[in-house]
Amino acid sequence: MQIDKSKFPIIYGHDPRKGEMFQVVNEEGEIVNPDFMPDLTDEQLFEIYTWLIRMRISDEKANNLQRQGRMGTYPSIYGQEACQIGAVWPQEKSDWLVPTFRENGMMWMKGVPLEQTYLYWIGNEKGSEFAEDLNMLPVAIPVGSHTIHAAGIGWAERIKGGNNVAVCSFSDGATSEGDFHAAMNFAGVFKTKCVFFCQNNQYAISTHRNIQTASDTIAEKAFGYGLPGVMIDGNDVFAVIATMTEALKLAREFNTTTLIEAVTYRLGAHTTSDNPKIYREDSEVEEWAKKEPLIRLDKLLRAKGILDDEKAAKVEEDARQEVSIAAKKALEAENPKITDMFDYLLSETYPELEEQKQQLIEETNE
Amino acid sequence: MSRELKIVEAINEALFQGMERDERVMVLGEDVGIEGGVFRVTSGLQEKFGKDRCVDTPLTETGILGAAVGLAINGMIPVCEIQFDGFIWPGFDHIINHIARFRTRTRGRITTPVIIRVPFGGGIHALEHHSESMEAVFSHIPGINVVIPSNPHDAKGLLLSALQSPDPTIFLEPKKIYRAIKEDVPEAHYTVDTKKAQVLREGNDVTIISYGAMMRETKLALTEYLKTNELDFELIDLVSLSPIDYETVIKSAEKTGRVLIVNEEPRTCGLAAELAAVIQEKALLSLKAPIERVTGFDVIMPLLKMEDHYIPGPKRIINGLTKVLNF
Ligand SMILES: Cc1ncc(C[n+]2csc(CCOP(=O)(O)OP(=O)(O)O)c2C)c(N)n1
Repeated sequence: MQIDKSKFPIIYGHDPRKGEMFQVVNEEGEIVNPDFMPDLTDEQLFEIYTWLIRMRISDEKANNLQRQGRMGTYPSIYGQEACQIGAVWPQEKSDWLVPTFRENGMMWMKGVPLEQTYLYWIGNEKGSEFAEDLNMLPVAIPVGSHTIHAAGIGWAERIKGGNNVAVCSFSDGATSEGDFHAAMNFAGVFKTKCVFFCQNNQYAISTHRNIQTASDTIAEKAFGYGLPGVMIDGNDVFAVIATMTEALKLAREFNTTTLIEAVTYRLGAHTTSDNPKIYREDSEVEEWAKKEPLIRLDKLLRAKGILDDEKAAKVEEDARQEVSIAAKKALEAENPKITDMFDYLLSETYPELEEQKQQLIEETNE
Repeated sequence: MSRELKIVEAINEALFQGMERDERVMVLGEDVGIEGGVFRVTSGLQEKFGKDRCVDTPLTETGILGAAVGLAINGMIPVCEIQFDGFIWPGFDHIINHIARFRTRTRGRITTPVIIRVPFGGGIHALEHHSESMEAVFSHIPGINVVIPSNPHDAKGLLLSALQSPDPTIFLEPKKIYRAIKEDVPEAHYTVDTKKAQVLREGNDVTIISYGAMMRETKLALTEYLKTNELDFELIDLVSLSPIDYETVIKSAEKTGRVLIVNEEPRTCGLAAELAAVIQEKALLSLKAPIERVTGFDVIMPLLKMEDHYIPGPKRIINGLTKVLNF
């Protein structure tokens, strides 16, 4: 089936090789590209704002829990909330989300209760035991490895004649791994139903994006695989929603995978074990902070009369309450059983394994 | 002259001295430059030796290890840092199919003296894939040396020794004790034999073999045990996980007749199994008890909440010791 490219004006109308970056709302909160503004009601706009605040506060909470020694290493999504929201907002419930580790917001929106995500970072396996009806893979720590899994899921979906799309999220560093190359290549060759969503947050730990690749953009890598690629403002939630909507349609209807490079910035540390002052200037962070997603969303909503101080205060208060309940639940959750590591290993146990399990039980009871 | 250093500092010093002595030595890996590595092992190297000799690479272990093959073939001595043990696997092809094989394939004509440094093992409450002990996988590969220090002195000397070797080395760094032990380390350049096990204490009742971070757990267990018992034990730090110094091991087993092996890898097909096989082959008639293995379990390393149940601690070690003594 021939793709009518005019039906996908964002993806086919913005060429990253010419340095074109798609944006709908600028840093001042002005709609600069009205034709592409997603059709959202005032309630929906308010909901998006609410999500952003919830994510920011949940992130702050996780950082605090880690500092208090009640959580393990935690990767912040601070500054990347527009990507988190925009990548999931247009998805069907049954679409797949294949995340790496900096998708705490996406996972929440996709349907993973916040307390469960907290559990994962607390170091409890129950954090990856998702609801049966959730098409989502657990956090992938080995960078880039999950991109090819997403290609497999999107491939199977086409073979089965299914209609779901596998959305894979990763970051700039992941594009250097061989698995990313394999994923893009398979996506092109096997016409998989995928969207590859790169949150280019400029750093892989201390490694700047310029060390990661000599190409001007990440989006343009798509062309080498016969796939479309588009670069967008990843701090503009509306640009992300609009682009993801098109990309999902392109995958669903034409088995064509898009590489979206969402340009954003990790305002926080890589994880709670990282000290970004070693490798970047405060002035750089300050410049990017002016472009972060909340400022423009706040301005836009106030200009539209959807938001005022009172409403904002209420959203924040509710979010704080919700987040502290989630944290409490996660902290009070029972640990996995000591025997879980044996019992979840395979569908059937075997004598040597049972013997080891018994050894651990006896050792623990002593 | 010597002063007290931790393992991270000792390795850092070895890299400094290695790079100073031989300009072919270069360090490459993820975040090793500006940041000095996530464990700060390469701290200061880029400042001192420049960006061509201490290189922040793109995020790809295939790239790091694969490029190291070519770098080595063309005259460099690459020291690759793998950020955590669990991330070596994308580059494993280059270890098993290339780094370990070039000498054999070319009948000695082309060699690949690459050093692969890997922060290793569990116990620091890290994330998934950051805590596994898969040393047997490396020891299983013919054509590459595998070493692991258990203290700062050896960490420096072994690395300096590996840097002079014409053969490739996997250098496992016990991350749990990176900063836990501080001891006297000579300032001068020195080497420690990478092929030799070390008898840390001579004794007659039982041979206890361990290495890396588990050596510390073993010592803790012994201290605990000796509070209420008497024991004339012989303690061996294996140091070299490939090739294994069987001479030292067998001599000890023949003397004591009882052997306890402590490591944190999954039990099946592990290094402890290999040691046990060779000890019974060569010293069967000296043995007074079955060789006892104290190891991790044949399971996926649990997340941090349950991690301590996987890793052998003093309790499991004392249980094993009691078993081998009371047989
Ligand atoms: C295969 C692999 N190598 C190394 C690491 C260690 N590590 C964890 S996160 C990270 C940087 C990831 O950078 P990027 O893909 O840009 O994602 P970001 O952290 O910026 O979201 C590294 C090197 C890893 N998790 N997996």
